[in-house]
Amino acid sequence: MSHGLQTMSYIAASILFILSLSGLSQQESSRRGNYFGMIGMTIAILATVLSGSATDLGNGLNSYHILAIALLIGGAIGAAAALKVEMTQMPELVAIMHSLVGMAAVLVGYANFFHHDANLIGAEQTIHIVEIYLGVFIGAVTFSGSVIAWGKLCGKFTGKPLLLPGRHVFNLLLLIATIGLGYWFVQTAELGDATPLYIMTGIALVFGVHMVMAIGGADMPVVVSMLNSYSGWAAAATGFMLNNDLLIVTGALVGSSGAILSYIMCHAMNRHFLSVIAGGFGSAGGGPVAEITGEVNPIEAEEAAQLLKESKNIVIIPGYGMAVAQAQHTVYEITKLLTSMGKKVRFAIHPVAGRMPGHMNVLLAEAKVPYDIVFEMEEINHEFPDVDVSIVIGANDIVNPSALEDPNSPIAGMPVIECWKGGTTIAMKRSMASGYAGIGNPLFVHENTRMLFGDANDRLQAVLKALQG
Amino acid sequence: MKIGIPKELYGGEKRVATTPEAAEKISKLGFELYIESGAGALANISDAEYSAAGVTVLESREEIWSTADIILKIRAPQNYPDQNIDEIGLVRPGQCLISFIWPAQNPELVERLAAQMATVVAMDKVPRISRAQKMDALSSMANIAGYRAVIEAAQHFGRFFTGQITAAGKIPPAKVLIIGAGVAGLAAIGAARSMGAIVRAFDTRPEVKEQIESMDAEFLMLNFEEDGSGSGGYAKTMSPEFIAAEMALFAQQAKEVDIIITTALIPGKPAPVLITADMVTSMKPGSVIVDLAAEQGGNCELTERDQVVVKHGVTLIGYTNLPSRLANQSSQLYATNLRHLLTDLTPAKDGVIDINLQDEVIRGATVVKDGAILPPPPPPTLSVAPKPAQAAKIAEKPQPKPQSALSQWLPYLLGGLALFGIGLHAPEAFLGHFTVFVLACFVGYQVIWNVTPSLHTPLMSVTNAISGIIVIGALVQVSSTNQIIQLLSGIAILIASINVFGGFLVTRRMLEMFRK
Repeated sequence: MSHGLQTMSYIAASILFILSLSGLSQQESSRRGNYFGMIGMTIAILATVLSGSATDLGNGLNSYHILAIALLIGGAIGAAAALKVEMTQMPELVAIMHSLVGMAAVLVGYANFFHHDANLIGAEQTIHIVEIYLGVFIGAVTFSGSVIAWGKLCGKFTGKPLLLPGRHVFNLLLLIATIGLGYWFVQTAELGDATPLYIMTGIALVFGVHMVMAIGGADMPVVVSMLNSYSGWAAAATGFMLNNDLLIVTGALVGSSGAILSYIMCHAMNRHFLSVIAGGFGSAGGGPVAEITGEVNPIEAEEAAQLLKESKNIVIIPGYGMAVAQAQHTVYEITKLLTSMGKKVRFAIHPVAGRMPGHMNVLLAEAKVPYDIVFEMEEINHEFPDVDVSIVIGANDIVNPSALEDPNSPIAGMPVIECWKGGTTIAMKRSMASGYAGIGNPLFVHENTRMLFGDANDRLQAVLKALQG
Repeated sequence: MKIGIPKELYGGEKRVATTPEAAEKISKLGFELYIESGAGALANISDAEYSAAGVTVLESREEIWSTADIILKIRAPQNYPDQNIDEIGLVRPGQCLISFIWPAQNPELVERLAAQMATVVAMDKVPRISRAQKMDALSSMANIAGYRAVIEAAQHFGRFFTGQITAAGKIPPAKVLIIGAGVAGLAAIGAARSMGAIVRAFDTRPEVKEQIESMDAEFLMLNFEEDGSGSGGYAKTMSPEFIAAEMALFAQQAKEVDIIITTALIPGKPAPVLITADMVTSMKPGSVIVDLAAEQGGNCELTERDQVVVKHGVTLIGYTNLPSRLANQSSQLYATNLRHLLTDLTPAKDGVIDINLQDEVIRGATVVKDGAILPPPPPPTLSVAPKPAQAAKIAEKPQPKPQSALSQWLPYLLGGLALFGIGLHAPEAFLGHFTVFVLACFVGYQVIWNVTPSLHTPLMSVTNAISGIIVIGALVQVSSTNQIIQLLSGIAILIASINVFGGFLVTRRMLEMFRK
């Protein structure tokens, strides 16, 4: 394939990728968008393969056999994972896939380094070496960070932030060491000395681990989208390294997508991006946090069902607890039953509910909840005064009134779903433990709140039975 | 322990201290219950219903008092010479009595009970704090009184409450003035509003304005600065100037409204006179005044206790037993209040009450313990008290700090410098790629903002698949002659293709699920 044809194919692929992302702006066009992405990827791979030429490896094998085998194995693993994964495990899958991109970027960077190009001289060569160095660095950070995020999401590591003493100094030292090694690398790379690259890769891995370990479980949506962004930047850096515009464009698209998602998530928690990345809570407020006093009003499933029967306007607020208990199907059964009784049932979703942007939407979609009764926090928050009953399923910080009322609360200023402004709130929780942010929630002792304790799915089954009976 | 519920003896008292539903729950705390035959008859609860709930029905009053360790009552025990019964004399040493007592108004009663070596828990002394709301019988009775007051007014008022336009002419809505927006006042507002009347309300405590308005009534403002909030959610006595302004307001309102419901009480003092004889005279004929403070002397000068009288064409209702006029409802609420109190008194659920004076609620309600009269407890600390300072703080917070010119322009300056530096030194080929990169970032920025939040997870998985484009980087290198490069590229192709296939397929699977 001629160079011109390859370039045209790459342009076509870039456009298809952009169309793919813009297709996701609406539910209706989203499926088409995904197909655009697939076509773009096929064109890109075919154009690349056809414009190169295979090297003979002897024994009747050539390099394209490696290519085909690797593609087949990788494709099979990917397809199997995609078909098998539970919707509740989506955050884990996304995280581990980020790590793969990071890993690939590291490998490509190394391969490119070993493939010494003698044509480059002067500034061009320096830039090329810096590109390799940066590509490997971003790739390695993405890789180790995503592995830790994956471990945290599936509970292999503790969700609590690991706050080493002097962690900022530690990070700074790692950064200085990386820059110093980069200088050394630029000086010696011409001679084929990869030592600084190896050391830097080690440092980048440690940096990635340390960065994600220091971030609390409640900030996981930010971490996942941030790593999404990193994987894009890693691809873009690889594009610079290989002088490949398609990689640059695609990397930049993915990178900015992840960055915007991180921004949206931070905004939804009223946190500064840097303070999330720096890890840990405690940046907000100086004074003592207001003491939470009051009496918890427990309720039984039968009473909850009675309450639902007597109300007209119901809002369900799902949180991570619904994902843990796999309660989304029961929730929808109840929704259907209540709707058939002529009640208005809607869902209110907080942007950071769950462990990944849009996590709750996917779970509800899995249970076949129609998306036109699922609302964003901002769409529905002003309607709570007219709501008779809100059901909070395994959520805590996203319905915490102290975010608005207590300036010293760690989550002060974070927009929350204001369900306490409605009639009655039924809050489902396993116990009275505090949420991920580790702070008390005055909603649970609010006079209009009834606590329904127990496993969310189990309790909802009981409510469903009581509603049917 | 055994709990006994005697029949109420007070004239016109129809309530009973427990209901079958409450009894069932109380017995789960480990108590045995005994009730005097016919105790619930006036509240429409038969002996059979009590038996069905596991309560033993005893024939005589004496049996109840001599069997039970704990007596649950509504009215304080009293001497009824006309019926030849002295309830106080029936109290046994060590017996625990839970009922309304009003110890401040009835010191002799408290002394007699103490002399009998009893333990006395007064429902009227349960502190008015959030935790004790569920045992606050005063509030639940006041709620009923407020509701019933509107019903009584409607009964004696010759017109509709709601306005209507009919073929036979226009009916103006009734205008109701409610003085004192405590529990009873708010309940009255709610009842009158739901019957369609125009409701106005007045209270000396400015913080109830919001509550009144939330009930869809009009809050009458007084052009006068004084806060009438006392402790425990009650009002205090106001200054003479304030009272003068208040009276002027009432005088003017009396000419306009059809119904006045007064609920103004100051604890331990006679009720303030708010409606004078002149105001009554100025009201339209057929108007109604319901005086919920009749027991403490009345808010209206002309009210007669327990009587309905018509003076100057205005019906004055002075009933003091309004909760008893909804006996079934008030018995239910009172029984629930009692049950909550018993639950707190028996933390071990073993059927043995523990008068734990360390508990703020129990300490507040206990008047006599084992024959010893306890001094009045310190006033409760209000956990629901408004905190004006904090509110002000929140209001201040969102004000953004004015940015200095430097911090506003610094990012642009740095960006400009960086571009300048790159342009100065970078080679041609790099600049071409850099242009593509920057433009792609902006395209990405524009496109992603349009993505609907509910599709954020599919967005992440599709970008995951797309970032598998890194496979291209490996593809162009796999044909190298260097075996290490071949190996590295091969692995890179493998893992990147996991991303490509996995990402697109899982996105497809997810998007299939979203449906209308």
